[in-house]
Amino acid sequence: MFTAIFSLTILGATLGLALGIAGRFLAVEANANVAELEALLPGTNCGQCGFPGCSGAATALVGGAAPATCCPVGGKALAVAIAEKLGVRLDLSGVADEAPKLALVAEDLCIGCCRCIKTCPTDAILGAPKQIHNVLKEACTGCAACVAHCPTEAILLHPVPVTLPHWVMPKPSSAVSVGNCVTSFAERTAWV
Amino acid sequence: MGLMEKFFGISWGIHPEDHKRPAADAATRVMPMPERLYISLAQHLGAPALPTALVGQKVKKGELLAKPQGVVSAAIHAPTSGVIAAIGEIPAPHPSGLPVLAVTLAADGEDAWSETLQACDDPFALEPDEISRRVAAAGVVGMGGATFPSALKLSSSRKAGVTTLIMNGGECEPYLSCDDRLMRDEAAAIVDGIRLMLHATGAKLAIVGIENNKPEAIHAMQTAAAPFGDVRVRPVPARYPVGSEKQLVQTLTGKEIPAGALPAEVGVVVHNVGTAKAVHEVVRLGRPLVSRMLTVNGGLVKTPGNVVAPLGALVEEVLAFAGGLAAAPARLIMGGPMMGMSLPHARVPVVKGTSGILALSGAEVADHREESCIRCGHCARACPMGLLPLEMARHIQGDDLKGAVKLGLKDCIACGCCAYVCQSHIPLVQYFAHAKGTLAAEDRARLRADAAKKLVTARNARLAAEAREKAEVAARRKAEREAAAAAKAAVAAAAETATEAGAAA
Repeated sequence: MFTAIFSLTILGATLGLALGIAGRFLAVEANANVAELEALLPGTNCGQCGFPGCSGAATALVGGAAPATCCPVGGKALAVAIAEKLGVRLDLSGVADEAPKLALVAEDLCIGCCRCIKTCPTDAILGAPKQIHNVLKEACTGCAACVAHCPTEAILLHPVPVTLPHWVMPKPSSAVSVGNCVTSFAERTAWV
Repeated sequence: MGLMEKFFGISWGIHPEDHKRPAADAATRVMPMPERLYISLAQHLGAPALPTALVGQKVKKGELLAKPQGVVSAAIHAPTSGVIAAIGEIPAPHPSGLPVLAVTLAADGEDAWSETLQACDDPFALEPDEISRRVAAAGVVGMGGATFPSALKLSSSRKAGVTTLIMNGGECEPYLSCDDRLMRDEAAAIVDGIRLMLHATGAKLAIVGIENNKPEAIHAMQTAAAPFGDVRVRPVPARYPVGSEKQLVQTLTGKEIPAGALPAEVGVVVHNVGTAKAVHEVVRLGRPLVSRMLTVNGGLVKTPGNVVAPLGALVEEVLAFAGGLAAAPARLIMGGPMMGMSLPHARVPVVKGTSGILALSGAEVADHREESCIRCGHCARACPMGLLPLEMARHIQGDDLKGAVKLGLKDCIACGCCAYVCQSHIPLVQYFAHAKGTLAAEDRARLRADAAKKLVTARNARLAAEAREKAEVAARRKAEREAAAAAKAAVAAAAETATEAGAAA
């Protein structure tokens, strides 16, 4: 009996040590890029990219299975950031950089079923059974997760209206330059 | 730039035709009160004011209409006596023509000042902070056009230990002469305002910088400032943009304000002469900021000149009062031609920062087709901030905003010198404004995304906690059920034993 115990202990210890060393030196490093990319992505796990959540999309991006433009929520800005992180060339022609959108409940259609509330990843929808729901526009990310769940099509995405503090001067086109007053007087007296 | 300037003189800036006269020499006209005033609630830098007056309420001239909201904001007062007709959206004086919230005031024609205004005969006996407080309560903002709340600048200068107060009478924008006219007409009031600002900021010396193309204003200010040793008037060479904060400080004191820093870093603070006049009215007479001097000029204005207009008067009415237009303007501008905003139409109100209204003719407006950059480098020589406008624009054309930021986009003061000298008519400033706006929008989107991430984490934590609670409750119920079943079984077993015992007996 002692022989058996002794031999098995030796065997266990040797194999354990070997496994420990192998674990230390032959370890497959978890890809740090995945975590970094996941931090870039919106984090709402809306699934519009076709991957299981933002971590799934990050893995696919690192693996090359998804293009840098896969996230419709992040738009062009995110695509540029991802391409920069991954060091890949970016073809932005296919990305429609849509203006930011927000979900809006049509009050005459809402039946108060609470289905949208359960799907919203940011808890941006407020409501109770058989009461008209409402969207908190500060919390809505426009991910469209709620739209498909509404049985009466009462919830739809609408573009965020441009307001005075958020207005951005349009990029000059190559046509006649207007809008800026600087070109607005003709005399050019001295150069310096 | 320092060494080059020592040997070769100042190289930045431009000398545009100034078009200031005859408007600057015409006597100031005071506009009669229009029937309706449209008082914008976003006439200053920072958060819009929050309306406190109610629709239908009767107000006296100088009464509070809206209170400041947040740290950087300003109060807004009634420019005349009357009844509040509406509080709603009106077209903003802005190139976009987007709406802005405004108070509509129907004037009663009496123009009676409120009786509650607090005048002061000996303001130098007041605490410095009390002056700042009164200036804040009166809604005074920088009258040069930047419209930063003045009280914040006064109180923060005191904390920062500012030693010199620079008064900006540069007015280097072509066509504009409202500061010139104000200095000629109200030199004594301006000097009094400057001395009050010295008291409020704790600065020892005030230097008034006036471009040397305004000899009458220099003379008037020198006469008014002569009795006071701590107010000096210094002519500066006429050169656009010498009236810009950083350039004026450099010209008058020789100190360069570091990139991204405030003038307080080099011990100075800059205010406009119009602001000094407003401070004088607030502290001496108790009158809040409800009207301003503005220049009506441009090739199409029949009788160009300076007009004192109430805040909220429509541009259309101001133009009509100033003699009307000879033809429909090719471009209507609020502010100066270099840094002003082109207006979509004339039915927008005068605001605190309106230094001028220009109706330019087709001959004055020169719209050109943008051509390719020939890399002549004139823009780099003209840039008062020492930037490379041609390189920055190239990056922005290719949507490489980060590259433009690296070249110093954030230091651009949007003075427009580069676009003015550009031989290829490239709208450089518009590129920079576009890039700055886009960067700000990206920053906002980033903040929003971070906030959304926090919400997602909170929701996930909540869902996990709910699931855990549910599991705990289920486990407890199960335990209770089992315990109950066990107890029942025990009772049944006991009864059975009892019957057995009874049978045995």
